[in-house]
Amino acid sequence: MPKTPVQFRINGTDKAVFADGGQSLLDVIRREVGDTAPKYGCGQGTCGACMVLIDGEPHLSCILLAEMADGRSIETASNLDQGGQIHPLQDAFMTHFAAQCGFCTPGMLMAAKALLDKVPNPTREQVIDAISDNLCRCTGYEPIINAILDAAQNPSRRSA
Amino acid sequence: MAKHRGRGMAAINYPIGLNLGGDPSQALVHSNPTGKFTVALSSIDLGQGMKSVTRQIAAETLGIPVDDVYVDTADSDTGPHCMGSFASRGTHRVGNAVIAAAKEARGVMMEAAAEELEVDAGDLETDGKGNIHVRGAPHRSITVKEVAIAAQFRQGRTISGRGIFLIPMSGVDPETGAMKPVTTYAHACLVADVEVDDETGDVAVLKMNSAYELGRALNPRMVEQQLVGGAWMGMSHALYETTEPYYPDRDHGPSDFNEYLMPGPGDIAPHDIAVLERPAADGPFGGKGPGEMCANPVLPAVANAIFNAVGIRIDELPITPEKVLRGLKSQGGAKPPQVPFGGPKPNGAARP
Amino acid sequence: MLEFRKDLFANERDDNLNEVGKPTQRQDMAGHVTGRTPFFDDHRLDGMLHLKCVRSPHHSARIRSIDVSAAERSPGVRRILRGADVPVNLNTLLSLLAFGEDDEPSLATDQVRYKGEPVVAIIADSEREAWEAVSKVRVAYDPLPAVFDVEEALKPGAPSVNPVYTRNTFTYHDKYDHVKLRFGDVERAFQEADFVLEERYQMSPIEQAPIETNGAIAAPEVNDRYIVYTCAQGLFFSLDTTAKILDLPSNKLHFIGGTVGGGFGGKVDSLCEPLAVLGAMLTGRPVRYVLNRIEEMQVSAPRGAERHYIKDGVMRDGRIIARKMTVYFDCGAYTRLTSYGALKCVAHLPGPYTIPNVSADAYCVFTNRIPATAMRGFGVTGVDFAIECQMDKLAHLIGMDPMEFRIVNAYRDGDVKAHREHASNTALVECVQVAAEKASWPLSDAARAQSSLTGGGGERAIIPDTRLDDGGVRPAGWRPEGTLPPGTRAPSRPQVTPQPSAPRPPPIAAPQPTPASPPPAQEQVPAPAAPQTPTPPPAQSQPQSQPRYARTRFSTVFGTRRR
Repeated sequence: MPKTPVQFRINGTDKAVFADGGQSLLDVIRREVGDTAPKYGCGQGTCGACMVLIDGEPHLSCILLAEMADGRSIETASNLDQGGQIHPLQDAFMTHFAAQCGFCTPGMLMAAKALLDKVPNPTREQVIDAISDNLCRCTGYEPIINAILDAAQNPSRRSA
Repeated sequence: MAKHRGRGMAAINYPIGLNLGGDPSQALVHSNPTGKFTVALSSIDLGQGMKSVTRQIAAETLGIPVDDVYVDTADSDTGPHCMGSFASRGTHRVGNAVIAAAKEARGVMMEAAAEELEVDAGDLETDGKGNIHVRGAPHRSITVKEVAIAAQFRQGRTISGRGIFLIPMSGVDPETGAMKPVTTYAHACLVADVEVDDETGDVAVLKMNSAYELGRALNPRMVEQQLVGGAWMGMSHALYETTEPYYPDRDHGPSDFNEYLMPGPGDIAPHDIAVLERPAADGPFGGKGPGEMCANPVLPAVANAIFNAVGIRIDELPITPEKVLRGLKSQGGAKPPQVPFGGPKPNGAARP
Repeated sequence: MLEFRKDLFANERDDNLNEVGKPTQRQDMAGHVTGRTPFFDDHRLDGMLHLKCVRSPHHSARIRSIDVSAAERSPGVRRILRGADVPVNLNTLLSLLAFGEDDEPSLATDQVRYKGEPVVAIIADSEREAWEAVSKVRVAYDPLPAVFDVEEALKPGAPSVNPVYTRNTFTYHDKYDHVKLRFGDVERAFQEADFVLEERYQMSPIEQAPIETNGAIAAPEVNDRYIVYTCAQGLFFSLDTTAKILDLPSNKLHFIGGTVGGGFGGKVDSLCEPLAVLGAMLTGRPVRYVLNRIEEMQVSAPRGAERHYIKDGVMRDGRIIARKMTVYFDCGAYTRLTSYGALKCVAHLPGPYTIPNVSADAYCVFTNRIPATAMRGFGVTGVDFAIECQMDKLAHLIGMDPMEFRIVNAYRDGDVKAHREHASNTALVECVQVAAEKASWPLSDAARAQSSLTGGGGERAIIPDTRLDDGGVRPAGWRPEGTLPPGTRAPSRPQVTPQPSAPRPPPIAAPQPTPASPPPAQEQVPAPAAPQTPTPPPAQSQPQSQPRYARTRFSTVFGTRRR
């Protein structure tokens, strides 16, 4: 099967991989790069578990061809905590018990980060809008919404 | 064309830890030589919090801080047998197995401490902070870590314990259905306020008020997780979800989440919950397990609220806009019942 | 918003515990928010192959031929599995509990019985190559008549779905096509009731829809064992099922799981593990078998549909004196767990109410659809929908507030339930009171004064004369032989004198109905808009057939199990 060389930066590190024809960016991130934070939930772009940021914009990596990421900068949930210090969003998700099975959480966090990077003080409606691509089957969304609003209002929060 | 508000209620109970299968669970607990404990299970955490609730149960039973316990699940080589996480059996069965295992380990720990302190083990108690001391004489004390080191390197004891919890299978009398299916029930009552759009058939859940009785709340935040998320799922079952929209017709089944509908973050309703705790006689520390039952009262409460709002009974789930509109059409429009129970409807009867 | 009503049942609790009852952070939360929690599909193994299934496009068909020659030549294909490759190609999940007979193949051989049933498994280097080969398998089918409706399936002449249960019903106690609940005499009570209401309810099939789809990765491990990463909801359930299907000693299997991306009942069936391990055995390579979302929605087991008929007899003062239910569980083509769901349903009836005359028949019915399985609230969610909608209708029928109506009928400590055990630890009354308070739903002083602790037992603990289907009578007070299992506490039994025909007094002076419109004048109220009268088929006695392979039966007597 012909392979396509693809180069991108992921979580600050340059990577070069050979992608199979038709291989999704999600598959390349999980299997070739080895970052398993983005999840496969549907492969159809309807659940958001695979969400990553590409040049700061949220994207559903399961329906992107890997070669479309060529030359781009990708960020996944693995990059949120830095040097042992967790991100305010992670801290807020913990405080609000905003995860149960945890499978949607990496995608949900990236949707939230994309929002807060652009809109530091979002309204509840803006938060709802930002996570509308992301399904959660466990929490009923309320704790997730509250966590994102809390992280926005308390950007300096750190875990105890 | 108008939007009509209504409220409905439902009350339910739910069997916890059904024993129609006679399926037990086991647990193993052991300490390392620095007094940190591992609970080995083969039970499953699928988000409900099995690892976390058994960790608290083990810490409580051992009499040590929760930070000194780690729950390892599930590896079939190291975790003893468990049937699995279903039928609301996790907290009930596994929790009790962990208590049994932790009690046995605690017994060894206290014997080892007694030998170090040169007292009778029966005179010792734990302070829950990592110390063991003589009852009534806190200064005659030894840390759990010191006990573990002594047990391992001086006394040659294993601070460990095994536990199993089994309720033998109940048979069923073929003629009458007489059986002992369960030893405890959880309970709930929920009030749903809805708004029905008689033009589109849309039903919006505006508000839920509920009371859930689930034995002792072993971890209040995790109880909250289950109840909030479970009620959301109940709302979803009531109004959205189906794999066969025209059952028993097999066609028109969904193949993705654009077709298999669930309420999104913009569709959720504020939910005020009261938690009642009537401890179960045979539940771990009286706990029952809220995970399965919390969705159940929402379905009928929403259906009953729709009747209260527009006077139609929809007895087939899910209650789609199509069914609402067909019901309204056959009735000749919205006709709320003349005796609207439940007090004044929220914010008036109808608004244009 | 969540509040704890510590004031209620306070004297039954010691709230001074060190760790239990504390809002401790979840052990797994840090892993969740950093994306490091390891789910089964997060394990990367070198040389991993991928398994995909060829599935039936028909609801029911005979397989005339299977041609895999083109698929074998397809790029990347390493191995093709057929039914004959599966050592024990017939299983039923609950055979581990000696409940039911083996009725489902891992890969269909001669016939398919639902759309989506796996027929051939392809193992290839990549998922894409596996799918390409799947499209090249040629299966010739002769379509057969199919049946989709539970009541149609019970009619004479309906297509027979499952060859093990030829009459389209699971067999209970070796002789009945349904589970029975009989308590008192509902027919006599209907005659005495002020009103009788009969209604039909239908629950849709529902997908569990965990965000993580079902799957497993199996690989050869050292020392002639196989390691399996799985999202099974029951680790040993899955391990033992795999060992049985592959005819392997269970200690050849090393299952690792326990961290699951949601389950809700949809990960009990253990369909992926056996084929993945078989693939690893036959290729010597790691094999990953993961369902995609379409398969999850249209092939893997849903919560099955349920149909409920409820007939209630109610008095003007609010007492329900009789409840009769017929429940049809749509099992799909194979048993899986529905047989158990029907039993659980019967154990739950008549809901959280003390009703002196109860009768129920629950059928586990085979149809040509995806086999159903467990889901959150299995066997109860649907029946609670039916019962609680019915309760609302009854309240309106007699002009009583629905909350007050629940309290009048709520079971209390010491009451006897229809399955002949005494209730304890009840709290329905308090839940209704607190929910009403929170919702500002007005309750009468009498209703607010009620308690689960009082008013139960006594005459409400009487086990009445019970009429059986064969015309016989179980006398008042009859309970099955047997002792309470260890580990449970005997409820305090009220001393009762059997009084077969004693009416059950209401626990409170029920509020007088104050209907704005007068209640219907006639004694028997026809079910409003009831689409059809339920005509449950008579109890059929199945002829004793020859014992089959691994034939197992559910017990017919308390506490024993036989093969």
